[in-house]
Amino acid sequence: MTDVADRTERYVAAFEAFARNGASGAPKWLRELREGAIARFAELGFPTMKQEEWRFTSVAPIADQRFILAHAPRSPLPAAADIERLCVGVGPRVVFVDGRHAPTLSTPGELAGGVWAGSLAAALRANARREELARAHLARHARWRESAFAALNTAFLADGGFVHVPAGVTLEHPLEVVFLSTGRAASDGPVVSHPRSLMVVDRGAHASVVETYVSASDGVYWTNAVTEVVVGEGAWAELYRVQQEGPQGFQVATTHSRQERDSYLGLHVVTLGAALARHDINAVLDGPGAELVLNGLYLLSGAQHADHHTVIDHAQPHCASHEFFNGVLADRAHGVFNGRIIVRPGAQRTDSKQTNNNLLLSTEARADSQPQLEIYADDVKCTHGSTVGPIDPMQLYYLRSRGLSPEAARSILTYGFGAEILDRMRHAEVRHRLDGLVRARLA
Amino acid sequence: MTGKGKRETGKVLLEVRDLHASVEGREILRGVDLTVRAGEVHAIMGPNGSGKSTLAQVLAGHPAYVVTAGQVRYEGNDLLALAPEARAREGVFLAFQYPVAIRGITNAYFLRSAVNAIRKHRGEEELGPVEFMDALEEKLKVIGWDSSYLTRPVNEGFSGGEKKRNEILQLAVLDPKLAILDETDSGLDIDALKTVAQTVDKLRRPDNATVLVTHYYRILTHIQPDVVHVLAGGRIVKSGGKELALELEEKGYDWLREEAVVA
Repeated sequence: MTDVADRTERYVAAFEAFARNGASGAPKWLRELREGAIARFAELGFPTMKQEEWRFTSVAPIADQRFILAHAPRSPLPAAADIERLCVGVGPRVVFVDGRHAPTLSTPGELAGGVWAGSLAAALRANARREELARAHLARHARWRESAFAALNTAFLADGGFVHVPAGVTLEHPLEVVFLSTGRAASDGPVVSHPRSLMVVDRGAHASVVETYVSASDGVYWTNAVTEVVVGEGAWAELYRVQQEGPQGFQVATTHSRQERDSYLGLHVVTLGAALARHDINAVLDGPGAELVLNGLYLLSGAQHADHHTVIDHAQPHCASHEFFNGVLADRAHGVFNGRIIVRPGAQRTDSKQTNNNLLLSTEARADSQPQLEIYADDVKCTHGSTVGPIDPMQLYYLRSRGLSPEAARSILTYGFGAEILDRMRHAEVRHRLDGLVRARLA
Repeated sequence: MTGKGKRETGKVLLEVRDLHASVEGREILRGVDLTVRAGEVHAIMGPNGSGKSTLAQVLAGHPAYVVTAGQVRYEGNDLLALAPEARAREGVFLAFQYPVAIRGITNAYFLRSAVNAIRKHRGEEELGPVEFMDALEEKLKVIGWDSSYLTRPVNEGFSGGEKKRNEILQLAVLDPKLAILDETDSGLDIDALKTVAQTVDKLRRPDNATVLVTHYYRILTHIQPDVVHVLAGGRIVKSGGKELALELEEKGYDWLREEAVVA
């Protein structure tokens, strides 16, 4: 066991080295932001299971490990063919290896219509207009003061995906931001990367983005990611997030979104990888008439543990949110879903639906499902429901009575849990690729 | 017991002898005897709780029902020895009283899986999605549906009537030798009822048979049964022609109950 202060202290020491070396060229606002964030991390420390938000998930395997900050990717870089195989692959892409941009594996950042899809570090370095945009949004949405992990990510904020779709522009193909972890340890220990992404879809724009976290390695590493999504007035955006970290990888991540008036955001989460994963989704409906569709699917086996915490904040009237999370848990896997819906005072005519269904494929698998409604307005429609259980014997019998073998029936019922979520995803090509991943996973 | 014998020449498809069955330790069937020949339509009527649905489910192989005595022969073989899927592959079909919803799986995929499971068993080539859709088009017309029902998840969000029609669609697609309809007529409006009756009538052939389990006379105005049985207290207490159904319609079931007790 490591002393609690020690665990935090080593990141503070690593930050000091980081601030002296790699990060010294950053603009002043960013340096100040990082300093504030490391101080906050030191105050908060790693969460423990005594905290309500972490009661089902122990981060001790992360906190006890001595992770070294990943530096610029060492050669050899993964081959382009490997990236092709590992990513969703339906459009232009920006590739990061161990958290750092790999330009040779990426398509050029400048796209038609003034769209930018590239590296955050490059934008901060070389383009005053983009730096201004980043400054206006970075760390403005992610609540890093409340989360030790988001604070740590902000302290080490260096690079990640930066997507900007200007007002009125329609993106033809989905953009993909790929975070590949090599799983290669440094000479003094396994590495951690802190990818930090920003997606800004301006007023009236239309865009789909895929965020892929993937590894082909069975090495120990940690990805501590934060993504901020801003959807402007009347804009339409989708973010598909596919997590396929390696079997010994750890991932802690937060996705924060803020939507303006009459905007649409589809957030689609597919969690397949990592030994231990925690994903916080904080979605704020911050303008009247905004609509959020939040779909999640977690397929876990072995001793995998994945915890999804979602907070949907209805801050304005006439907004709608539809949340559907399904989990399929085999072997000794443990899935956690905590879904909080907040309807602020004055957020009348809120229409909110939340569902979480969990399928247990073994008697040792476990699912914890916790819906939480906090409603401070009176003219609202909010429903929620959750289920945890094995395959329904009546469904099994129904399929068998139509000639299907018990194995085929079980496989269809299990796939149905995934397909129900996939069917809600709008982009046919992305959905098709994700369907392939789900089928391969369940085969 | 068979009917008045106008189709006595058909070969025996189903033979139930002294069938006893329980659910959760409660005996529901207490010695059912029933013979169904190819080409026949039988109606099994009876009051609520008489064991009608239990009989239907036991024939299909519901795992919760335990057969404690008696036997069932289907085409001369021991039906009870077969798993539910084996019965289906051999041509037994049960239209469920309460069809089950299956999330995420489209009706088309479900139907094709069922058809292919049966085709495979018969040594026939499995159908691809396109061939299957072609074959399905005609069956859809029969029940008055458009293809939008095929892309919806199985029975998910279906109304009561839609679920029943979906059972009839499966019946039409799977084309069984022995179809058992468990109160498929209950809760249907008149149009849906006619559709169900017409479909069953269309599928009638000299080499197949239908057992209609029903609480109401209504459907028998659209389907001519060869034999009508009355099930009460877990036994078939009376069999006859269509006039028996009419008698039940007029007098209700109470007189039979008394008769059963006296007997």
